[in-house]
Amino acid sequence: MIKLIGILIIVIGFILKLDTIAVVVFAGIITGLVSGMSFNEIMTTLGKAFVTNRYMSIFIISLPVIGLLERYGLRERAAYLIGKIKSATVGRLTSLYLIIRTLAAMFGLRIGGHVQFIRPLILPMAQGAADNRYKDMDERDRQRIKGLEGAVENYGNFFGQNFFVASGGVLLIVGVMKEQGYVVEAVDIAKASLPIALIIMVIGTLQFLYYDKKFDKKYNTIKAQSSLNKKA
Amino acid sequence: MLKNSLTELLYVLCGLVCFYSVFVTLKDKSHPAKYTTALFWGILGFTFTFSRIGLLWGNEKIMINDTFIGYLILVMALLSAFKLVKFNKFNESTNEFKEKMAQSIGNKIFIPALSLAIVAFLVAQFWTKQLGSLVALGISTVIALILAIIITKGKGCEVAEDGRRLLELVGPLSILPQLLAALGSVFAAAGVGNVIANGIKTVIPQGNILLGVIAYCIGMALFTMIMGNAFAAFAVITAGIGVPFVFSQGANPVIASALALTAGYCGTLMTPMAANFNIVPTAILEIDDKKYGLIKYQLPIALIMLLIHIILMYVWAF
Repeated sequence: MIKLIGILIIVIGFILKLDTIAVVVFAGIITGLVSGMSFNEIMTTLGKAFVTNRYMSIFIISLPVIGLLERYGLRERAAYLIGKIKSATVGRLTSLYLIIRTLAAMFGLRIGGHVQFIRPLILPMAQGAADNRYKDMDERDRQRIKGLEGAVENYGNFFGQNFFVASGGVLLIVGVMKEQGYVVEAVDIAKASLPIALIIMVIGTLQFLYYDKKFDKKYNTIKAQSSLNKKA
Repeated sequence: MLKNSLTELLYVLCGLVCFYSVFVTLKDKSHPAKYTTALFWGILGFTFTFSRIGLLWGNEKIMINDTFIGYLILVMALLSAFKLVKFNKFNESTNEFKEKMAQSIGNKIFIPALSLAIVAFLVAQFWTKQLGSLVALGISTVIALILAIIITKGKGCEVAEDGRRLLELVGPLSILPQLLAALGSVFAAAGVGNVIANGIKTVIPQGNILLGVIAYCIGMALFTMIMGNAFAAFAVITAGIGVPFVFSQGANPVIASALALTAGYCGTLMTPMAANFNIVPTAILEIDDKKYGLIKYQLPIALIMLLIHIILMYVWAF
């Protein structure tokens, strides 16, 4: 039981809003120590895993491209384009991206990413649609849009990917099941992952359209007024 | 091994972005935490570039000792804990300039952005075995960068400045995904997974299919939340709970195992431990709430999806 102390440290650290990185390293050290590892062993385990997981930070190499494109108005252009489509709303746009993202994941296409897609393209489009439809959206709702656009990337990515036969998840299932004495085929696992991929498209869309309703309700009067002003 | 050399080259490039941050920070006379900030990015750049430098030319013996890297991580953690990593000012274009360029460059600006995805896809499609998907991403980045420079007529120093601007915007959080993966391996080495699987085992009764299904799905989600990674959870929870409480009761192994992994992904949506999906994006999208900025929107969806998983597994796998 004492080995679970690391989890406790993390939970407490998060509740007290302590520095996340320091909490994680501390939790690792304490867990290692109570499990009888020496300090040097813990450092070796940490160091080795840190190095083998460098691929998780590979997004850093695309930062210069995205940054340069932003400097020359990529986000403004994306917002401008979507602003021309009068029927575009945050919810509809995000739902459309969810469907594209899920389908891409299902066919193993690496289209997406918070750095490559959401920040430079999808978020500015959603903000452009919001600015077009609702004048003077407040900061709280702007934060909401950011949160939703961050979430949509995860929905599509997570629940679509296992429909792809060569995805990491499918191969992991085949491997683990084999170890446990059950022979399963990758292609069958992929097929069994289809319902969930379809369901997330529906559930996610419901969430995004719900926020459309919410925003419409909140800013409805303002919009009606400003259109009256224009006519006058 | 071409694949390993090229992958290593990508890490060297990541290191270069960090080193440029060090360079600019040290030159910045008004920086509030000049030396400590430079030290942080310098260490990160060092771990990227040099930890396995020998792989570049295929000699895996030339590497930095893992224990030493571990101590470097400790230094980075201390710098972050004492809030010694800061960013000062960036050389960013004005909003008027961006608006003007958006009109004068027009839709051509999307070509490099989309080529990031399309080139990566094409390369991965034809040379996955030889190169792997990381290298595909690297090649597409280089091509996108060349296209971006041609189309925007931007300068090399702007590329470097913009890379470091976005990196420093994410800040120390950029190392969190790697760090949590490292924590996961300490947990694994210490045997934390077995303690949890055994704990759940003592609570659920044998012979009840519904309870077994619930325990398997929720166990996957919970353990994924703790580890921040559904892959790590899947092996432990399938052996500890899936086999004795679900598969041995006659569940279809294909359906139940496929659903179990995505039940784990419901957990990924709910945990700050999955930093690369839930925390780093809050920095990239400049969301104020750095811990729960994404999670608070994902939570209801994750719970609904988890419930659907339980129902599907109970109805469809038996």
